[in-house]
Formats: sequence, C-alpha cells, structure tokens
Amino acid sequence: MRRESGGRIDRTRTLRFRFDGRDYTGHPGDTLASALLANGVRQVATSVKLGRPRGIFAAGSEEPSALVQIEEPFPEPMLTATTVELYDGLVASGLPGQGRLATEPDPARYDATHAHCDVLVVGAGPAGLAAARAAARTGARVILADEQPEPGGHLLGTAEQVAGQPGTEWAAAVAAELAGLPEVTVLPRTTVFGHYDDNHLLAVERRTNHLGGAAPAHVARERVWRIRARRVVLATGAHERPIAFAGNDLPGVMLADAARTYVNRYGVLPGRRAVVFTTGDSAYAAAMDLVAAGVKVAAIVDVRPAPGAGWADRAREAGIEVLAGHVVTAAAGDGQVSSVLAGPHPETGAPAVGERSFDADLLLVSGGWNPVVHLFSQSGGTLRYDEALSTLVPGASRQAVEVVGAARGVFTLAGCLEDGATGGGAPAAAQAAGEPYWLVPSQDYRTHFVDLQRDVTVADVLRATGAGLRSVEHVKRYTTAGTAHDQGKTSGLLTTAVMAHALGVPVGELGATTFRAPYTPVSFAALAGRDRGALHDPVRVTALHEWHVAHGALFENVGQWKRPWYYPRPGEDMEAAVLRECRAAREGVAAMDASTLGKIDVVGPDAAELLDRLYTNMMSTLAVGAIRYGVMCRPDGMVVDDGTVIRLAEDHFLVTTTTGNAATVLDWMEEWLQTEWPWLRVHLTSVTDQWATVALVGPGSREVLAGLAPGLAVSAADFPFMTWRETEVAGMPARVCRISFSGELAYEINVTSWEGLALWEALMDSGAVTPYGTETMHVLRAEKGYPIVGQDTDGTVTPQDLGMSWVVSKKKADFIGKRSYARADTARADRKQLVGLLPEDPGRLLPEGTHLVELSSLPEPPVPMLGHVTSSYRSAALGRTFALALVSGGRARVGERLYAPVGDELVPVTVTSHVLYDPEGARRDG
Amino acid sequence: MAERRSPAAAFADRFATASKSGALTLAEIPFLRQINVRVDPESPAAADLGAALGVALPVSPGTAVRSGEVTVAWQGPDEWLVIGPEGYEAEPLRAALGDRHGSVVDVSAQRTTLLVGGPRAREVLAHGCAIDLHPSVFGPGAVAQTMLARAQVVLLPQQDGFLVLVRSSFAVYLAEWLLDAATEYVT
Repeated sequence: MRRESGGRIDRTRTLRFRFDGRDYTGHPGDTLASALLANGVRQVATSVKLGRPRGIFAAGSEEPSALVQIEEPFPEPMLTATTVELYDGLVASGLPGQGRLATEPDPARYDATHAHCDVLVVGAGPAGLAAARAAARTGARVILADEQPEPGGHLLGTAEQVAGQPGTEWAAAVAAELAGLPEVTVLPRTTVFGHYDDNHLLAVERRTNHLGGAAPAHVARERVWRIRARRVVLATGAHERPIAFAGNDLPGVMLADAARTYVNRYGVLPGRRAVVFTTGDSAYAAAMDLVAAGVKVAAIVDVRPAPGAGWADRAREAGIEVLAGHVVTAAAGDGQVSSVLAGPHPETGAPAVGERSFDADLLLVSGGWNPVVHLFSQSGGTLRYDEALSTLVPGASRQAVEVVGAARGVFTLAGCLEDGATGGGAPAAAQAAGEPYWLVPSQDYRTHFVDLQRDVTVADVLRATGAGLRSVEHVKRYTTAGTAHDQGKTSGLLTTAVMAHALGVPVGELGATTFRAPYTPVSFAALAGRDRGALHDPVRVTALHEWHVAHGALFENVGQWKRPWYYPRPGEDMEAAVLRECRAAREGVAAMDASTLGKIDVVGPDAAELLDRLYTNMMSTLAVGAIRYGVMCRPDGMVVDDGTVIRLAEDHFLVTTTTGNAATVLDWMEEWLQTEWPWLRVHLTSVTDQWATVALVGPGSREVLAGLAPGLAVSAADFPFMTWRETEVAGMPARVCRISFSGELAYEINVTSWEGLALWEALMDSGAVTPYGTETMHVLRAEKGYPIVGQDTDGTVTPQDLGMSWVVSKKKADFIGKRSYARADTARADRKQLVGLLPEDPGRLLPEGTHLVELSSLPEPPVPMLGHVTSSYRSAALGRTFALALVSGGRARVGERLYAPVGDELVPVTVTSHVLYDPEGARRDG
Repeated sequence: MAERRSPAAAFADRFATASKSGALTLAEIPFLRQINVRVDPESPAAADLGAALGVALPVSPGTAVRSGEVTVAWQGPDEWLVIGPEGYEAEPLRAALGDRHGSVVDVSAQRTTLLVGGPRAREVLAHGCAIDLHPSVFGPGAVAQTMLARAQVVLLPQQDGFLVLVRSSFAVYLAEWLLDAATEYVT
C-alpha cells in the first residue's frame, strides 16, 4: 500500500494502468512494480516450470521474478516490472517465463549513434557521480550513463545525507553541474550493456518508453549508443543476494534493500508486518527505514552470533526483536508469505532461542552484496573471490578500465564518494561485510530456490553435483541456473556457493561463470535501429533511374544496384514485354542502361604488363583505339570475371567489369599489384560512377547514332568492331565503343553521369529506340552463347569449359591461372562444359537449375547427374525456348538427347552448340 | 551543352525544407571539379604537381590543405583528391605530371558533394559515422574516408559543418538516410 507521504513520486498526478485485466492507478515516478505493490498486488506471475506464484523480489534490473508482458501501447515481451516506468494507459500482464513477440510491426522509431569520450562513467550513484565530476573538472570529454531515470543510484532508495544535504539533492546538483558542461553528456535511462575490446561499449537509452502512448512519433523510442572511450570508470554498484531456504520464492520474500527502496523512493509499503533475515548490517538500516515508515518489523534474524556494533541495540530500541545466531528455516503461506519460521544457526551453536514462528507478510532477505562485475568481466578483466567480502571482485584489468565504489567492494557511502573522486586507486578499507552464509540446511531442498526465474532449486544443484559435475559452467548448463533474462544476477554466485557446499570446497575455488553481453535484455528493434526497410541496405541507382521509374520499368536487384528488368507496356506481361524488346534489338534499334558496369582506369608504364598478367588473353598487343574482350581467372584457372579492355593510350587503359564484381575486381587487381608485383608502375582508379553508359543495339543503331553524332564517321569501315571513338553525341562529349553483347551491330556510348539522362532522352527522342532491360539483355547474349559470370559459371568453370579456349593465350609466359591448365583435372574430357539445350517441345521453358540426366526413366537414387541448366529463356529470334547448361563432356554430346527432371516429368532436350543465333557473326556490322 | 543533372537534384526541395529549422543545413553542392591524383610523393613530379596546385601535396594521413578555392585531400600514401570549383581544370595538372609515372583522372561525376551544416550537423552524422567528429579531433584541415551509414564517403570538416562526398550511385540512398537521421532535429 502507499504511504501517506514521501517518495520520489509525483502525487499530484495520477496514472491509470491495467494489469492482468484489472485497473489500477499509480503516479509518475513509479515503476510498474512499485505501483503494483502500492495497490497490494503481491503475485505478479507464475513460475516457468513449477507454476508457483511469484512476486516482486527486487527493485531494479536484477529482478529474477516479476516478469511481465506489455500489451499496450505496443506489445513487448519479457520485461521486468521493476524496470518498467509507469505511464498512463499501460496495459500489462504477468508472464510465466516466456513472452510473445508482437504480430504487427513496431511503429516506433529506433536509432543509434556513435559517441567518443575521454572518460565514460557507467553508473550515477555516489561513486559514479564523484568520478564523473572529478573527470569533468579537468575539462575532459565525459559521458555519464545510468540506467535509472534520475541520478543517485543507491541514494534514491535511502535517506542518507551527502555533504550535509539529502543524498538525492546532492546527486541532482552534481548531475546538473555535469549537464551544464559543454563536453559532458549525461545519459539517464541508459544501460551500458556490452563492454568490448579497445573500450568500445554499447548502451541503450530508453528515451520515450516512459511516455507510453504519449511518446512523440518523431523521437526515437530507444537509441543504441556505440561509445569509444579512452578510459572507462565502472561505478556499477552491487546487487544484494538471496539466501537459499525453504519457500524463499514466495511472494512477500524480498531483498532487504529492495524493500528499503520501495519505502523511501516510491513511498510504498511492501508489507505490513515484516521479518528480516540477514547476514550483515545493511539490512538493519532497511529494517529501521521500514519501521520509520510504519511497517511492523517483528524480528531480525541474524546469522551472526554478534551483530555489528550498535545496530542490534538500535533495532531493539525500535521495538524489533533481534535473534542473533539464528536463521530463517522457512517462509510459509498460501500463495504468499504469511508466516516465517526461524531457528538456531545449526553450525555456530549459538544460544538457542528455539524454533520460532512469526506472523509476517514480508520477509526481507540480505545474504550480502555482489559487486556488479558484468561489464568488467566482459572487458576482459579477471575476477577474484574475496574471502573477506565473500564475493567476486574485480581483479586485473585488461583495458583502460577502473572500477570504483560498490562495484569493487567498497560498500560505505563515504568510501564510494572518495573512491569515485580518486579513481578507485586506493586499496579498499577493511569493512564489516557480514558473514558468508548461503544455504539453510534441510532434509528437503525442493523449495530452496537458487534461480527463481528458471525454477532451479538446491535439489537441482545437488542432482548436478551428484551426477558428477564439478564445473560451474557445467552445472549452469545442466540446471539452467543463471541462464534466464536476468543472466543470474541474483542466482549466479548462490549457485556456485551451493555447489561448493555440496562438494565441500571453498566457494572461491570454483571460479565464476562467464559474463556475457548484454547486461540486460535489448530489443531487436533497438539493435536494428534505422537499418530497416528502405534504409536496410543501400540501393544504388544510375543517373537514368528516374526515367526508368517514370516509364514503368520493373527492376532487378544486381548486387546493390537496381537495374531495369523490362519495361512492360499496358497489357503486357513479362514474356510479351521481353519478346518485344528482343525483337526490337534484333530487328530495329533498342537501348539499355549499362551504367552499372564496373569501370577502372588503369594508367602507368607497366599497365599493359599488369593486364597481361591478370587476363588470360594478351592485352599488350591491343592497339591504341581498340577494344578487347577479356577473362580473369583465379590461380586455380576458374573464371572470376569478364569484361572489356579499352586502350586509351600507350600507357592508359579503361577496364570494365561485371556489375556485381566491380569492387571485387578492383580489390583483386590492387591486391596483385600491391602484394605480388609492387614494382609494376601502374595506378588504378575506380571511375564506375563517373560515366553513364548506354548500349545502343540493333541493325538500326548506326543510323540513330549518326543522327546524334554528326561528327562521327559511322560506317563499318571507318568505325570497325571493337574500336572506340571520341566524339560528341547530342552535343555531349562522349566516348563511343563498338562493343556488342548481343551479336547485333551495337555501340556503347559513355558520357559523364551528369549527362546520362540527357543522352538517354536524346536517344528516346529520336523515336526509333525501344528501351530494354536486363532480361532482354540476358536473352540476347544467351542466344549468342555469351556466358554471364556468376550465372553460367560458379567458380568451378574454366574459360575452356565455356567454349572460349581462344581467350586463353598460348603465347604469354605467365598469367593468373595459366599453371592450372597444365593440370590433368582441367583437361578431363568429362568436365562440365557450356552447351545449348533445345527442349523437344519448343514451347517448354526449363526452370533454371534443373538437373540433367541421361536416362529416360529415373533409377533408384543415387541418380547420376550430368549437369544443370544455367540459363533458360524464350527466344523471339529462334521462335522457341532454349537453354544454356553445364553438361559433363557436353561438347561431345551435341546432338544427343538428354532428360531434364521437372517435377515428376522427364523433359527430353537436345544438346546443341552454345551459340544458337548467328553462329557466323554476320550481324555485328549491321 | 546538354542539360546536366546532379545525383541528388531530386532532393533540393526536401533539403531546403529540412534546413528551415535552423538546426541543420542540408544541400547538394553539385558539379564540383574533382580530380584523383596518384603520384610518388617523393618524386619531382609530385613537387611539380604541388606547384601547379599552389600548395604542396599533403603527406600526413588524414589531412587536407587549401590553395585558394581548391582543396587537396590526402587519400593514401600516393593518392590525393583535388576538389575545386566547377571551372577548375585538370589540364594544368596533367601538364605538370607530363609523361612521368603518375595519374591525373577527372572523377568529378564519380561523387557528388553534400553539405551537412548547422548546429546539429555533428549529431546527424554521428548517427551513422563511427569516427570521432569532435572539432578537437576532426576540424578544418582534416579529411577522412569512412562509412556514413552504409555508404563510403569522403568527409571534409568545414568551419560550419561538413562536406560529404558520396559516390553518385549512392547519393539517393545517402540523401534519404540524412533526411531520416535529421528527423528529430528538424521536426
């Protein structure tokens, strides 16, 4: 229930929310957990395996128990009630272990940013604030990140004073000072969740989650911060840990400091009548705060025979019975705690008060404190078991990382303030940390929980050690303890301690399980950020793209490029459009945007020598003004790319690559140049985007070009095949190349990409030119048997396999791949060779990828495969369908009938030469 | 001369709208002259190129020098990008190199130039750029080849903001990305 006054909540405003179908109210400043407790809701969920009632166990991100699903304003699974800030209109429900993802897309914006700083301080508690202030005052660039909505850390949950003022006021003042400095960034609601090499850290800032449905749509809901810090100060605090006893999972069992936080920070009484079970002094402070708030504290059960100086007396003065040298043997109740059983410490033999039973609806537990070493461990720092503190503390750093305050085992406020201000250099002063105590002995360990979320009990751990497991990592996997959303924040060390107990070894001997990012769960939406939808991957477009869009082109993705696929006219399907475009190219004149071809400027005295080494054929003999087709292979002799080489001057070439391979080929050329032949004097420059290229194709292309380039002598004699000319086309300086990828008379016209659209429009304005896309280009080249690298090849194909022995020089001393053609394997007669296929039914289109077999009926598997279809089209020129295929010993099979299994059918096909159209090459001069 | 169209021409209106808030200036600076120069920095040819440029080729990685309206940006141990106004010509550089080993390649249409200026420029770029853009680290006189979102860019810090040189084919993507990244600052 809610206290009359107090707490860091705004009582002037009321927020309505719904939980498990019932309506409640709370206030700004509440978490869902504090609001539920204020409304008397004790049970939040049922447990994942055993279906036991579970309540609110903690007050922060270490919560193992109160798992909820947000339903509105947007479905979000697997959040802890202790970390959900309350907002008006929140609808949530308790989760038995597993949530469910939303079925509709998340409408909110998520983004990311990079940040750099001299000092990143993680945690804005006393130590972190002191550290950030000390760093900021030196003028350093500082980022201070804290997961809470306001600074203060542990001070938010206590009534402690700093420098003569309430701790929370001190914290706010320091944060305000920091926020006012130009080089300091203060990030509230920001969880640093990963600490990687070179002090690269990831954090997620929850920016509008707390506004619920009122969040402005244009503000990113969550932001991932990618922070690079010269130095990191981890002031991540400590988590209180539980103790294993019977019924320690019942709603009403709560970490002592969490109860203190609910009372002080949220103005909530988590119960009316409490018992405290502790191993140290800090729970006394919690008990006193509860008493001051009006909770009846029936007893403090302290495992120590002699509680810390003064605390027991003060507790007794406050009317609390102190049972020193005692333990809680069980929490009992139907659905929640209603009574607590205590008895003498079975090992210390302290003077026995005897078995006692207390009526109580709240049981505060304090088993000591675990420094939050997750990030330190992730950063590569070693952990050390500190016998005096009976917990894991940071050991040696591997990076420029310092740990200050409670995160390194300094558990006093004064110590934390000093530690932060001095950077954690001083050895931690000896402290009364309490007595290590983990497990209350029992005959029956089935309700002694070590991991509330995974429903792992001491009995499960004993079963694991009983089965012979000795490693904490093995027990973690065997029992699943520590593997839930909370990653074992409360259960990890307890599990280890129970193991140690079972094995009769010191806790410190067993080591710790690995701490992995993320520290707390991070939503996929936050990790995706803006890299989704249209911004997921860059779309590259040519200078003509807007025209293609405006003229109804459909697009094909080629690498990151969008290339026009075909341009359907009204009423046309793809087949009709492509047949029309093919006919235009073969019978009239057609144009394609070829700007996506990779282009590399190659210049230097040794340029020709470099190209001779890279291509299988001879490039040094190419005359200035001429063009040659070339193939590049890997050292194993397999084709990697093809294109043309244009000789611009004695020492100057322009190389084109396939669209998808432009960057790869440049890298390939640079790699050989820089690592194998660094003495070759050659420079390579990518000019792919510099030029727009239009392929003008068809018997009518010469006439169209002549009309636009009056200064160009276009006759076949004046401008022969595989040469280039510089001229003006439609008033633009242009390089025109007589290259054909279709077998027809054709030109490739290059202008700067600024002028590409104007060139294209000039061609279209001639009225004679049909635009065509990549599908038509594929059909036209396939009719001529020209392979597409990556479609008709797959990295296992030599130029000879493609029927292009002519492109492999016999004269050159060496080139990449040459050696491999002397291998027996590349000369095998049964290598897969590129051939043409004609389905016996001329209307039958074979699916690309179809296997080919020799037999007219399939035998029992394995079926011997001869090869597969690599390209398959309808041809306007041939008046039928055809295909290209890689077939074992294919060239020797020309004329043979093979079969293509398509579904249950074996489709008969006839093997032909891969050149199906104009094998004499009569058409290239128009 | 036929009509030219710059790669981000279609974004002129949206850039102008986004710039109205005062938080940010987005604009394309089209048709700048860009010349890629490759030469051995120790060679006499390098010195002659420097003389033609009016400033020695910078040899410190990540630095850019100015000569009047021309910026010479280090790109690698033997590579520079010369950026000048539209009328700046490559021919004097070719002449300075002569027939010695090196290269002078006009790449003006290879990349377009986007201006990201105004008080929030650094924050907008930081959404997609991993390098430290703080003026104490990356101020005028610096240059970087890096990634902005998923596009390769050349970044040149200015007195107010940054020049972002992006390949023409990526300009539409990057313009969309910048407008999206600016959402919070201009809404």
